[in-house]
Amino acid sequence: MAVKQISVFIENKEGRIKKAIETLGNAGINIRALSVGDTSKYGILRLIVSDNEKSIEALEKDGFIVKETEVIVVSVSDEPNGLNSTLSILDDADINLEYIYAFVSSNPNEAIVAMKVEDTQSAIDVFEANNAKLLNNEDIEKI
Amino acid sequence: MFWNEKAECMTKQEKEKVQLERLQQTVKTAYENIDFYKNMFDEIGLKPEDIKTLKDIEKIPFTTKDDLRAAYPFGLLAVPREEIVEIHASSGTTGKPSVTGYTQNDLDIWGECIARGLKMAGAEKNDIIQNAYGYGLFTGGFGIHHGGNKLGAITVPISAGNTARQLSTMIDFQSDILTCTPSYAMYLGESRQKAGISLDEINLKAGIHGAEMWTDEMRKRIEKSLGIKTYNIYGLTEVMGPGVAQECEMQNGMHIQDDHFYPEIIDSQTGETLEPGQHGELVITSLTKTGMPILRFRTKDLTSIIDEKCECGRTTVRMTRITGRSDDMLKIKGVMVFPSQIEKALLKIEGISPNYLIHVTRPDILDEVEIKVEASKELFSDEIRKMEKVEKQISSAIKSETGLRVDVTICEPESLPRSEGKAVRVIDEREL
Repeated sequence: MAVKQISVFIENKEGRIKKAIETLGNAGINIRALSVGDTSKYGILRLIVSDNEKSIEALEKDGFIVKETEVIVVSVSDEPNGLNSTLSILDDADINLEYIYAFVSSNPNEAIVAMKVEDTQSAIDVFEANNAKLLNNEDIEKI
Repeated sequence: MFWNEKAECMTKQEKEKVQLERLQQTVKTAYENIDFYKNMFDEIGLKPEDIKTLKDIEKIPFTTKDDLRAAYPFGLLAVPREEIVEIHASSGTTGKPSVTGYTQNDLDIWGECIARGLKMAGAEKNDIIQNAYGYGLFTGGFGIHHGGNKLGAITVPISAGNTARQLSTMIDFQSDILTCTPSYAMYLGESRQKAGISLDEINLKAGIHGAEMWTDEMRKRIEKSLGIKTYNIYGLTEVMGPGVAQECEMQNGMHIQDDHFYPEIIDSQTGETLEPGQHGELVITSLTKTGMPILRFRTKDLTSIIDEKCECGRTTVRMTRITGRSDDMLKIKGVMVFPSQIEKALLKIEGISPNYLIHVTRPDILDEVEIKVEASKELFSDEIRKMEKVEKQISSAIKSETGLRVDVTICEPESLPRSEGKAVRVIDEREL
């Protein structure tokens, strides 16, 4: 039950993130979650959006390089140690986390995180075995 | 202060007489002993006897580096093998290297040219020359060595590298002359300061530097950091090696040893010969080489000629500092690099776009190279770790192709500059 995220290559140059966001806005895309991984030379804009296909088409048309990848989206109880206990599941299974970022949730009792792991299927398996609450695309629509 | 006053201070008439005699002899030797030149002359119906004046040299077609490569390794020798005593070769980064064979007589003349330069730099018989040019197929180390021997000075064949030993040798031997590339001289100067060695502890008086382009700014820094006066030296393997030309104490142009090498400046587009003072490509004809005479060799180096008596008293013509190349060759950290090599390395990486830019700068002493490559869907990953891996892969492919360590930057597609539809491959921001 992985969620498809889109990643956009952003050169370290003035106005490039804005340009990508603008492109999505013009295409009528809603951004659910966003994070930027950056180095001194470039950034990688990672997005969870309302319509991947339309987003990719619009971004590519504007010259961006876009890639679709799978991430796992987990609901975490909004309390101290909430995220830690979720991450412990991965840790115990020896699954490496590549990156993680948070969603804004309308539910005050939960926090939502997106994570990219080394082995997506194994991670889903251990999360499910530990009764973690995984979200699919439909769930995200409702956030 | 001349090594060979008779040769270095000839009147124009005397010099032209010597040059013509030697040119005619060289042309005859080349025609009679080297198939390449015989074919070249026969093809256009030119006979060695047709060279009646120095101006007639313009009737002879040019020899290029490609001709030398095609003759690899020994196709351009004019003498039987038993007369060759030494071989040197250019670095050959773009395929086969070009090889030069020297007879004993050639080595003597090489030594003579270097000895003239050493003398220009104030070297004397009892001086110690710390020769930090690389010894090997590269002409730098051995060229200076032959000259040091000719002068009768004490040559220390320390070769390039091992900075701590260079510094201790400078102190222990009290070396008088340092010979090395300008960037290495700069590095040695800074290393001396860092090591806390005072100028009083060393005894250097002069540095002879060449084999790469350098600036007046670099000169000032080298002179200050080593307490020396520096002398720019020029040469190339195809013609001989270092010593074809060198600066005197006036530091105003390099004296071409024009009784041994006949210089011309041409328009690199039309091939037309230009006048002294005009800027163009240097073409050299050897006048006394016996092992591998060379006629009208296109050096690709851009310069101009000063045909006036120098204040030092020498009448040999001078060439100004090299300002660039007429081909796309870059000299980075002393290494010859052609954009085509970078291209070749990039093509080895799957999914790479053929658009790239070579950005050369010299933020401080050393050249830095940044290779910008346009990203493609195949190269791109949502993980920084994987992107860094791609960059590493690219830089190691370039390293194995050129020997240069470069910094790789992946940028957006279509973001590299293009001029009139043609991609700009090189941006060289070094002030040379």
